[in-house]
Amino acid sequence: MAARDIHGIDAPWGEFRHVGRKSRKVDGLAKATGAAVYTDDIVLPGMLHAKLLRSTQAHARILAIDVSRARQLPGVLGVITGQDLPAKYGIIPWTQDETALAVSKVRHVGEPVAAVAAVDEDTANAAIKLIRVEYEPLHAYIDPFESLGRHDPPIHEGHKAGNISKHVHLSFGEVDAALSGAEAVVEGDYFFHGTTHAPIEPHCAVARYGAEGVLTVWSSTQITHYVHRTLAHVLGLPAHRIRVIQPCLGGAFGGKSDPFSLEFVTAKLAMLTGRPVKLLYTREEVFYTHRGRHPMHMHYKTAAARDGRLTAVVAKIVIDGGAYSSFGLVTAYYAGQLLTGPYDFPAYRFDSTRVFTNKPACGPKRGHGSVQPRFAFEVQLDELAEKLHLDPIEIRRRNLIGSHATTVNGQRITSNGVAKCLDFVEKESGWASRRGRLGYGRGLGVAASMYISGTNYPIYPNPMPQAAVQLKVDRSGLVTVFSGANDIGQGSNSVAQYLVAEELGLALDQVRVVSADTDLCPVDLGAYSSRETFMVGNALIDACRKIRPMLVQAVATKWNVDASRVRFVDGVVVDLEDSSRTMSAAEAICLAEEKFDTLGATGAYNTPTLGGDYRGGTIGASPAYSFTAHAVEVSVDVETGRITCHNVWIAHDCGRALNPMLVAGQMEGSAYMGVAEALMENHDVHPSGLHKGPSLLDYRIPTSVDTPALHSLIVESLDPEGPYGAKEAGEGPLHPSIPAITNAVFDAVGIRLRHLPFTPGKVLEALRAPGRTAPVGEPVLAAGSR
Amino acid sequence: MQLTVNGDVHEVDAPDHWTLLEVLRYRLGLTGSKQGCDKGDCGACTVLVDGEPMISCLMLAREAEGRAVTTIEGLMPAHLAAGGSGADPVQDAFDKCGALQCGFCQSGTMLSARALLNKTPNPTEAEIRSALAGNLCRCTGYTQIFEAVLLAAVTARKENA
Repeated sequence: MAARDIHGIDAPWGEFRHVGRKSRKVDGLAKATGAAVYTDDIVLPGMLHAKLLRSTQAHARILAIDVSRARQLPGVLGVITGQDLPAKYGIIPWTQDETALAVSKVRHVGEPVAAVAAVDEDTANAAIKLIRVEYEPLHAYIDPFESLGRHDPPIHEGHKAGNISKHVHLSFGEVDAALSGAEAVVEGDYFFHGTTHAPIEPHCAVARYGAEGVLTVWSSTQITHYVHRTLAHVLGLPAHRIRVIQPCLGGAFGGKSDPFSLEFVTAKLAMLTGRPVKLLYTREEVFYTHRGRHPMHMHYKTAAARDGRLTAVVAKIVIDGGAYSSFGLVTAYYAGQLLTGPYDFPAYRFDSTRVFTNKPACGPKRGHGSVQPRFAFEVQLDELAEKLHLDPIEIRRRNLIGSHATTVNGQRITSNGVAKCLDFVEKESGWASRRGRLGYGRGLGVAASMYISGTNYPIYPNPMPQAAVQLKVDRSGLVTVFSGANDIGQGSNSVAQYLVAEELGLALDQVRVVSADTDLCPVDLGAYSSRETFMVGNALIDACRKIRPMLVQAVATKWNVDASRVRFVDGVVVDLEDSSRTMSAAEAICLAEEKFDTLGATGAYNTPTLGGDYRGGTIGASPAYSFTAHAVEVSVDVETGRITCHNVWIAHDCGRALNPMLVAGQMEGSAYMGVAEALMENHDVHPSGLHKGPSLLDYRIPTSVDTPALHSLIVESLDPEGPYGAKEAGEGPLHPSIPAITNAVFDAVGIRLRHLPFTPGKVLEALRAPGRTAPVGEPVLAAGSR
Repeated sequence: MQLTVNGDVHEVDAPDHWTLLEVLRYRLGLTGSKQGCDKGDCGACTVLVDGEPMISCLMLAREAEGRAVTTIEGLMPAHLAAGGSGADPVQDAFDKCGALQCGFCQSGTMLSARALLNKTPNPTEAEIRSALAGNLCRCTGYTQIFEAVLLAAVTARKENA
């Protein structure tokens, strides 16, 4: 870590002018008026439309593909199969097991097998139907436990560990001694089902290959840089002849992190035909593309002393990975590595195994790898509280790790506001007077969590900057930020504007942001691991602090005063000792251009050296962690088994809230998504490998009438290394929603739901289980807000 | 076919099976209406037809002949023509309240909100929830959308006062 990477938490000019305010977004009005351009809005002259033929088989060898009839269809200009793009790729350098189109075998229903480019979509669809594929079906693995023990036939030939994608076993502290000496131990099985991102914008790519040999790809990706690298690898083109642009993006949530078939296919077809090519996935294709939350079968054992202090945690996790590796190596680590806060426990052992199955591949979804174990553990904490007759909030308080601490697995915690998060949700939910007192059928539950603000693991190891920006400052009075970061709706371009205006003392409209264009912007690693505010923010401050002294010095020279008297405020420069003397920032920039030549600066950020000194010790190591606590209020209809979530109180420690409105939006969006995963959503496939409901009607995401009242409570712990103290807000606030619902249902009706999703059938089954003592069939309190 | 969109009359040549959404996006270049599912599940393609919110991916373009179609692109010009300044109060409020994260679903949502406010200038939160129930949003959790519609209602009342 260089000195450039820590900039302090204070306002650069004494008091914040933009930071902490509910400012508008840089692209809000463009989106509001329909002017914002998303990938599918791009139409190029002579553009062709591509379509994919997808596998009907879950696991099969491809014996033959006959594309001759498709080629002969009038209007068809290009047909390709796996042989045209045989290079293997994958987001993790050590697990490259994907191809753009299937080569020699298919591994899940819906896997792309062939592609067609035609003059219009109808012709492309007609041509796809003319392609004949001869398959030799192979045994399909649908149950992950079968993949654990059976390796013939293998899903990936030549994979050393058979059908096991990744196995991680790590142990810290004296686990067995702690278990045998514990006063209370709880042990149980938990299941987290599959869920998917369901962004409203389907994946789309447009490619153009110019006669000069430059390939341009516009893609709805959340990581431009990895698409750029992977295109170069798969197409065999030097990276400098490829330009990747992310237009406005219609939601991602992790689901647009991998390079996907459509980027390679449009590029290849554009190169073959000499015409631009667009490919827009249908909604059904988006479901089969997936990369969503991994189903996890989890066994947890937690031990504690009589006072509730945790003494040991043991976890064994089987992860259903689907057909490809994707980010799975990281998932297998995150499933264990990210559990070691906000609670302190001296002994921890986890064993996680990700297996391949013949289903659409899983990948990173909001809270990657850590939402599932968090569910299991936070439910188990409640079970422990019950056993020890402790209040669920109290048992959490007794175990908090605090700030500036080191976790059992060697992660460095800096700022930590979780205690205040618990205080907030306790107070706002009326916990003390309402929990256990709402009558049969209604209850309150709590859970807490921790998540990374970026990671020091840059996917492909390299010593170059993880985040980088460039500033152009010119006499018009405009500062242009060139940022390789991906604004996927979370507002990273807006945050860039706020920070630069703050640092340079400009008005917001004097800063514009150009982002995610590999020709124009320095390399940034993109929108994943909740890294952008933290890392890009620090890079921006680094760049501004190279420009600011030049602007100040130019004015000081002109006024013949000491530089300490020059202050930039919202685009006006004032002399602090003679406030009648002012000039505009644009005039100041002219003076600086005169004095120092054309103005510009780069800024960069790298994480400090972090993590435990063991294999995998850097995975999950973050320069800062965010913290969250939720209280939720539910009612359970004991006649129908239906759970209704009425209120979610979301307290989240995001460090400094650079824009509280955007932070609240992330908190509300996260919590709503968590509630939906618990109660409504289920991504699953039939034994045949067919998706059970690949539409937004069958895969139920909440509408405006399904969504509970969401109460955002921002906690600002001011992180010493974040930009002005900021940390992440986009993923952490999802985690506690799901276990808090289980815990609230326990308060409501005395059943403990350990298997997601919480369908009415499971609720009724639990309510009718033999030996249950809680009353069944009593009147249910009326639904509705309190 | 002849279509009237945002007050402009267009002669359009398109296949008979094309939906109104396809004609708007790919013939008229009005790409503010979004395609999220192409089967009526998500509501991102919602436009106003004779003032009523309609799912344009479930409506053949021919069905819109002789009717007034309003897309998201039409709101600000109409607001300006009526003597207002800047964007329509609904659009402005969505921006001001942070209701536009990715923004992809919101042109449909804003048109549903516009239709609600045209009929119900003082909606309750329950009425807002009900009016927007056909417009899926995956980013916001809807809370800031409800705030935006309430703010737009207040702004519109002030403008009309």
